[in-house]
Amino acid sequence: MKKGNWYLYLGCALTAVMVLFCLVGCFWTPYDPSALSSTDRYAAPSLTHLFGCDSLGRDIFSRVMQGAGTTLSIAFSVLLLGGTAGLVIGALCGYVGGAADALVMRLCDAIAAFPSILLALVILAVTGPGKRNVILALGVLFIPSFARLVRGEFLRQRELDYVKAARLAGVHGLRIVFVHILPNTLPVILSGITIGFNNAVLAEASMSYLGIGVTPQDPSLGYMLSEAQGFLMRAPWYTGFLAGTVILLVLGAGLIGEGIRARMGDGA
Amino acid sequence: MTAFCKRLALLLVTMLLVTALAFAAFTVIPADPTASILGMNATEEQIAALRAKLGLDLPLWQRYTTWLTDFVRGNFGTSYRFSMPVEDLLGPRVEATLALTGLSFLLIVAVSLPIGLLAAHRENGLIDRLVTVFGQVAMSIPNFILGIGVIWLFALILGVFQQKYVPPEDGIWAHIRYLLFPALAVALPKTAMTVRLLRGSVLGELRQDYVRTAYSKGNAPRMVLVFHVLRNAMIPVVTFLAMTIPDIMAASIVIEQLFGIPGLGQMLISSIGNRDYPVVQAIVVIAAFVVVACSFLADLLYRLMDPRIGGR
Repeated sequence: MKKGNWYLYLGCALTAVMVLFCLVGCFWTPYDPSALSSTDRYAAPSLTHLFGCDSLGRDIFSRVMQGAGTTLSIAFSVLLLGGTAGLVIGALCGYVGGAADALVMRLCDAIAAFPSILLALVILAVTGPGKRNVILALGVLFIPSFARLVRGEFLRQRELDYVKAARLAGVHGLRIVFVHILPNTLPVILSGITIGFNNAVLAEASMSYLGIGVTPQDPSLGYMLSEAQGFLMRAPWYTGFLAGTVILLVLGAGLIGEGIRARMGDGA
Repeated sequence: MTAFCKRLALLLVTMLLVTALAFAAFTVIPADPTASILGMNATEEQIAALRAKLGLDLPLWQRYTTWLTDFVRGNFGTSYRFSMPVEDLLGPRVEATLALTGLSFLLIVAVSLPIGLLAAHRENGLIDRLVTVFGQVAMSIPNFILGIGVIWLFALILGVFQQKYVPPEDGIWAHIRYLLFPALAVALPKTAMTVRLLRGSVLGELRQDYVRTAYSKGNAPRMVLVFHVLRNAMIPVVTFLAMTIPDIMAASIVIEQLFGIPGLGQMLISSIGNRDYPVVQAIVVIAAFVVVACSFLADLLYRLMDPRIGGR
C-alpha cells in the first residue's frame, strides 16, 4: 500500500470517530455535563465515570463530549463561512486576473501579514467575546489564505487545454469556473480545508483558554482546559482527556491533509 | 538590485495597508472609549471635552495621518487604563518577549538541524520512522497544551522547574534557565515542521546529479551530506525559519499568559480584556511590522543563498 493512502485511511478513520464523538456530544451525554455532585468530587476515572469527575463532581466524560461538540460546531461554521467566501474570491481572482485580482491579493497579503491568532484576538477585542464572534473572526481570517490557495490553482488550471477547449466551445465563464475547473481543484481545496480546520480548532482552543473566546454558556474544549488547569495536581486526568481530544481532532485532519498531498505528489 | 527595490516598495505598501487596517479596526468599529474612561454617569459636556482632548472629533483621514506620524516617531499614544504613554508601558516588557522568542528560535534551529539530517541520512530507517510519527503528533499539539504539559511534568512531577518568573536582574543564567521551559512549549511544533521540511529537502537534493558526481569522486557519504547537500537543502529551510518568527511570536502570546511572563503578549491579553485600545493597537502594529520584515528577510536570504533566483 502506498504511504499516502495509509495516511489518508488512518486520518479518515480517526476523524470519523472524533466527529461522531463530537456530534453525539451536541445532542446526548451520559450525564448532565453541568450536574453537580458533592460525593463525586475529584473522583478518579472508573466504570461509572469513564473519565472521572472534576472539582464540582461533574462527569468529565460528559463535559469533554459537550466541549468537543462546541469546538467542532465552531470549526465547521468557520470552514463554511471562510471556505465559501475564500473559494468564490479565489476562483474569480484566479480565472479573471487583471487589476482587480492584483488589488484583492494585495489586501489578502496585508491581512495575512498578522499572525492569525493575533488578528482573531484583535477582532474579538473589538466585538467582545462569544461563540458567534469567534466564528466570525476566525471565518474572516480563513478567507485570505484560502483565497490565495484557490487562486493559485485556478491560475494553473486556466492555461490547460480542457479550459481552452471549453472557452472555444462558447461555454459561459462562470460555468467554466464552477463546473469545469472546480472539480479538478478538489485535492488542493480539500488539503486547504484540513489546514483551515486545524487552524480553527487550535485558534479557538487558544482563545477560549485565554478567556477571550467563548462565554461560559457554551464551554468549548479550550475553555474547559483553563478550568482544568486549576486542579492539575488533584485531577490531572481532566486536563489529559481534554488535551487528548484536541490533539486527536487535529491529528486526524492533519493526517488526511498529509495523505491528500502525498497522493497529489504521486500523480505529478 | 531592481528586484530588491521592488520588494522594498512592496514592503512599504504592505506596511501602509497594515497600519491603515489597524487604525480602522480600532477607530471605526469599537464603542466610544469615553464611556469606559468616564463611566456611566458622565455628562454630555464631560464627554465632549474628553473627545476633544483625545482628538476623536477630527475627520478620519486627519486622525490617521496624525496617528501614523506620531507612531513612526515612537509616540504610541496614551493608555486608557494606566494614563501613561504606551511606549513607556511596553518598553520594560520587550526584553522578556524578545528573550522568549529568541530562545525558542535557537531551540528550533539547534534541535531540528541534526535530527532532520539524521532522519534523511537513513531514509525509512528506525530514526526516520520515529521522527515522522513523533513529528506528526507534535505538530498537532497546541502550544498552550504543551505549556500545561511542561508545567505538569517539570514543575509538579519532577520538581525541576519553579513556576515563578525570574527577571534578568536575578542573574542572566537563572533567567535563561527559567525561560527554557516555556521556550520548549513554543518550539516543539515548529521543530517538528522544520525537521520534516529539512528531511524532504535533503532527500530531494540527494537524487541530484551533483551528489552522484561527488560520490564518484570518492568523497565520504557523510562529507557529501554535510558539505554538498546541506548547503542546497538549507535554502527552503532558511526561508521557512524566517517565516516562522511571526508564528513563534503568536505562540509566545499564549505561553506568556500561561507561565506568567511579563512580556508584550501578557500585556496584549490584559489590554484586550480591559478594552485599552491604544496599547492593543501599538502591539498589533509592532507585531505586523515584525511579520512583514521577516517575510522580506526570508525573500532576501532566499536570493542570497540561491544565486539562480537572483536575476528574476
